[in-house]
Amino acid sequence: MTPRATLRLALQALTRNKARSFLTMLGIVIGVAAVIVTVSIGAGARISVQNSISSLGSNLIVVQPGSVTTGGARSGFGGASTLTPADGLAIAALPGVASVSPQVTVRTQVVAGGNNWQTTVNGVAPTYTYVRSQTLASGRFFSQSEVASAAKVAVLGQTVVSELFPNGGSPIGSTVIIKGAPFSVIGVLTPLGQSAMGQDQDDTVLIPYTSASERLTGLTTVNALLVSAKDSQAIDSAQDEIVRLLEQRHRIVPPQTDDFQVRNLQSIAQAASQTSAVMEFLLAGVAAVSLLVGGIGIMNIMMVSVTERTREIGLRMAVGAPGRVILQQFLTESIVLATIGGVIGVIFGLMGTGVVSLLARWPTAIPVGWVVASVAFAAMVGIFFGYAPARKAAGLHPIEALRFE
Amino acid sequence: MELVLNVTGLTKRYVLGDAEVHALDGIDLTLERGEFVAIMGPSGSGKSTFMQIAGLLDTPTSGTYRFEGDDVSRLDSDARAAIRSRRLGFVFQAYNLLPRTSALENVELPMVYAGMPESERSRVALEMMALVGVDKLARHNPNQMSGGQQQRVAIARSLVNDPAMILADEPTGALDTKTSSEVMRIFTRVNEERGTTIMLVTHEPDIAAYARRIVTFRDGHIVGDAINEKRAA
Repeated sequence: MTPRATLRLALQALTRNKARSFLTMLGIVIGVAAVIVTVSIGAGARISVQNSISSLGSNLIVVQPGSVTTGGARSGFGGASTLTPADGLAIAALPGVASVSPQVTVRTQVVAGGNNWQTTVNGVAPTYTYVRSQTLASGRFFSQSEVASAAKVAVLGQTVVSELFPNGGSPIGSTVIIKGAPFSVIGVLTPLGQSAMGQDQDDTVLIPYTSASERLTGLTTVNALLVSAKDSQAIDSAQDEIVRLLEQRHRIVPPQTDDFQVRNLQSIAQAASQTSAVMEFLLAGVAAVSLLVGGIGIMNIMMVSVTERTREIGLRMAVGAPGRVILQQFLTESIVLATIGGVIGVIFGLMGTGVVSLLARWPTAIPVGWVVASVAFAAMVGIFFGYAPARKAAGLHPIEALRFE
Repeated sequence: MELVLNVTGLTKRYVLGDAEVHALDGIDLTLERGEFVAIMGPSGSGKSTFMQIAGLLDTPTSGTYRFEGDDVSRLDSDARAAIRSRRLGFVFQAYNLLPRTSALENVELPMVYAGMPESERSRVALEMMALVGVDKLARHNPNQMSGGQQQRVAIARSLVNDPAMILADEPTGALDTKTSSEVMRIFTRVNEERGTTIMLVTHEPDIAAYARRIVTFRDGHIVGDAINEKRAA
């Protein structure tokens, strides 16, 4: 028997009882579809985490003040007031660094006309747009000379715009009151949406850091220095340069601990995508179990089918089919069922993925590797779980099989 | 005359619980090419066991079976399957057609296992179906046919590989008298026109009457072997 002739026999047998064939496939269909949907959602989640982290800024390194101990109580990171704009300028001169922006953060009430809104006011430098990959929806960003003169100008995030100017219209040229001081609005930021941590990144007001220091905090220190490394490969070396420079500037000698800490987003991104990769595997594992159950379903129905078709097997043997050919036929039937089930499962899985991303608005990504792997796995399930019933069929004695009622 | 079947000292023993059953106990029989023999006997006489060994569906416990001159008594199951697919035809009481499968495909089945090319298969199948008068039913499924029609399809199936011998096990057991005689006349015609050796197993004298020779089994022995003088037609 050629493989083609065996395949024809198997297909004939399968189409003879379409309802049973379909029910046999169902377990595999559902299993594969479940794998595809869960993995697509998992992969989509991972990619969106990565995207939102990279949207925080290109090659971003964050320098924050370290912890201070006051009367035995240690404050958390950022508790110390040790970083100054001068540190930022020194860092900007390092060879591995492209750009630096100080950040002075104040959470306060902002008022415009009859509306007010509590938001995060960030005092930054014009380099902020580069460091954070931030663009403007309209208007302009403040300039270096406006920083130098501590000008009372503000760039608003989209959330702040919609809360303070609910009637629509451009806020540019309007005045907002921040802690009693009037700031004129010169630009609106392009919306960024939620951060990976669920924060609204558009709920912010940007003003020159000098203005923030003078009018809001009254301090010369900053809450953070946002540093952009020259390229993504240089992040680690740039981080080392920054640490050495600041230890020197702050006169820290071992065994003193640093009064600052330097973090880069790549390590955060790695941790985040590792977490979602673990989730993805976990989900796929659960789905694989259902695929296994589908395989057992195939074995079950094939076993029943062998019993039900005992006389057919007896006849095939009587007219000259050797046991080997019977085995091949039943094995082929089970592989064909499992593979077709796998392909239908992929189609349903892709459709399900589409529905999920449409209705739940979850990001999804089609993992081609998993599509191929789950069809291959389904075929293997067919071989594995089809073997026992096929052996049973091939081992029948033609006379007993023919007599079987 | 060439011998299709030549058995000497053939025995078949089964162990049933504690007891040993001698289904066949020293059978000697020869069948020449073109013979039409009826094997008769009550149930338990060993006639079905003999047919199964003669049809290479089973092996004897001892003794020799020469089929078309070759000793086939010790062949393994694959070798027996190969001979069945090319040199033997079977007709059963229960027709044993594949359900939900067209008559044509049923008739083609032995040729599939014999490895005959596809185009050849349907030509030969239709030719044999025409011979037994069911070529009009080629596209029908078994459940759309009467018992007599199904048995004719089964006879066509037994003919497609141009077998040396057809073994028919109670072929009319499920048919009424009129249909039975129609089926038996087909066997007679196949035997006379094609010269195919036919071994018919039956316990009905009316049916055995169509054969030219009647061999009677009892308790695993042959107790009668005679030319049928009053042959039915």
